[in-house]
Amino acid sequence: MASAKIKVPETAKKGEVIEIKTSITHDMESGQRKDANDKPIPRRIINTFTCKYNGTEVFRMDLHPAVSANPYISFFVVATETGKIEMFWNDDNGEIYTAASSITVS
Amino acid sequence: MMKLSRRTFTGLVGFAGAASAFGLSACATGPKVVVVGGGFGGATAAKYVKRYLPGANVVLIDAAKTHFTCPFSNTVIGGMNSMAFIERSFDALANKYGITVVTDMVTAIDPVTKVVKTKGGISFGYDKLVVSPGVDLKWGALEGYDEAAAELMPHAWKAGPQTALLRKQLEAMPNGGTVMISAPGNPFRCPPGPYERASLIAYYLKTQKPKSKLIILDAKDAFAKDKLFKEGWEKMYDNIIEWVPAAKNGKVVKVDAKAGVLETDFDKFKPAVANVIPPQSAGAIALSTGLADKSGFCPVDPNTFESTLHKDIFVIGDACTAGEMPKSGYSASSQAKVAAGAIAAMVMGDKPAAMSAINTCYSLLAPDYGISVSGVYSVQDGKIANIKGAGGVSPSGANYQFRKKEADFAGGWYASICQDTWG
Repeated sequence: MASAKIKVPETAKKGEVIEIKTSITHDMESGQRKDANDKPIPRRIINTFTCKYNGTEVFRMDLHPAVSANPYISFFVVATETGKIEMFWNDDNGEIYTAASSITVS
Repeated sequence: MMKLSRRTFTGLVGFAGAASAFGLSACATGPKVVVVGGGFGGATAAKYVKRYLPGANVVLIDAAKTHFTCPFSNTVIGGMNSMAFIERSFDALANKYGITVVTDMVTAIDPVTKVVKTKGGISFGYDKLVVSPGVDLKWGALEGYDEAAAELMPHAWKAGPQTALLRKQLEAMPNGGTVMISAPGNPFRCPPGPYERASLIAYYLKTQKPKSKLIILDAKDAFAKDKLFKEGWEKMYDNIIEWVPAAKNGKVVKVDAKAGVLETDFDKFKPAVANVIPPQSAGAIALSTGLADKSGFCPVDPNTFESTLHKDIFVIGDACTAGEMPKSGYSASSQAKVAAGAIAAMVMGDKPAAMSAINTCYSLLAPDYGISVSGVYSVQDGKIANIKGAGGVSPSGANYQFRKKEADFAGGWYASICQDTWG
């Protein structure tokens, strides 16, 4: 159901503030809507997003039913060291979608 | 030197009194009205001011010798018409209507001393000034897109050489190439324009280069008449047109014209032909005169189109903020008539009539497939607003005959508005 895209600079200077952009396709079904037969459509959203930098959590965000479909999240991180930047989107159904990128810090 | 006797002196006074009693039309030195820009707004304003005030001295200044219309320029890009089809001459305005047409670039307007200055070094004083410069492209607002980039990735959002350039690139493109259109966020000139363009390019591809594709990268999630466009695309261009909305990362954030690359937040594309329609503002002269606000467009009195920032200057067409009226050639022409009427009333010492304006936008999806939206506008709660129940949009699901008829109406609309404006 979900496909994620991320954008992380490939290189940065130590101490530089870098922008990370992420986007994921997801219906973000709020649980408030009803189907054609007037039956409630169960809630299914991405409820948490986290970003880890070489294993350390540097950004976390809780999402709620008011967030639109296909959440776009961008945020800033200080480039400290060369390594791996990973993203995690937690779905209500227990699935976790991931994406990762590496950065070289000089 | 003539010696004034008491009799001749009173005679002169009597003459002057009679002249003012006859009104301005009888006066040799009528009001001076200068119009900047010879497009749908400016040319209509010049013509209608002259109609309402035959004694007025009306000067129309445009940098170009002729005007290429944006309406129907997409048919040139699609290969259905030639450049000559959209070229309009100012000759009738000068010869039939007695308007002084000046080919020169306006470089400065002094709203205090009420003087317009041109690149050619001429100064024109005015009593009332109409500013109708259309839009200018905000160079650099989209990273990497400047005037040099536009020579490689044309915008073709001001008709003329840019229109011809985009057409040339499409003709040179091999069968199987991909065309990309980058559509801007609101507000911009001609809201359905990018989608009409996509349709007519797709028509060209379908008939001449059937292995090719067209992708619209959009900064928006919805657009003018979108349901009708999508219905037509599904019917005619299902395998050719792909529309990527902002929510699916359609917004172009950077271009590299030399490399031929368009960049969105997460992807890079290298199409065979790129048509970049960048963000826009009111024409440069409106900005440098201080007629625009933070939005980049010009606030006006909704009843008269007189600038709220400078007295005796009327801003019409794409350059002004006109409430719910879209930025279109027809809106500009309709606003020109309102402004011309207001100018005439003010000069005659009357109260301007209640504002009433109309707009119709036809869009062609193919030479025989047209759709339209029309509106009637008045001032409601101090703002220009659509009159509910007046106007409307073409129905969805209409048959071939209906769409064909609307395409014919589009041609008739174009012929008649060009006649009204420049004929």
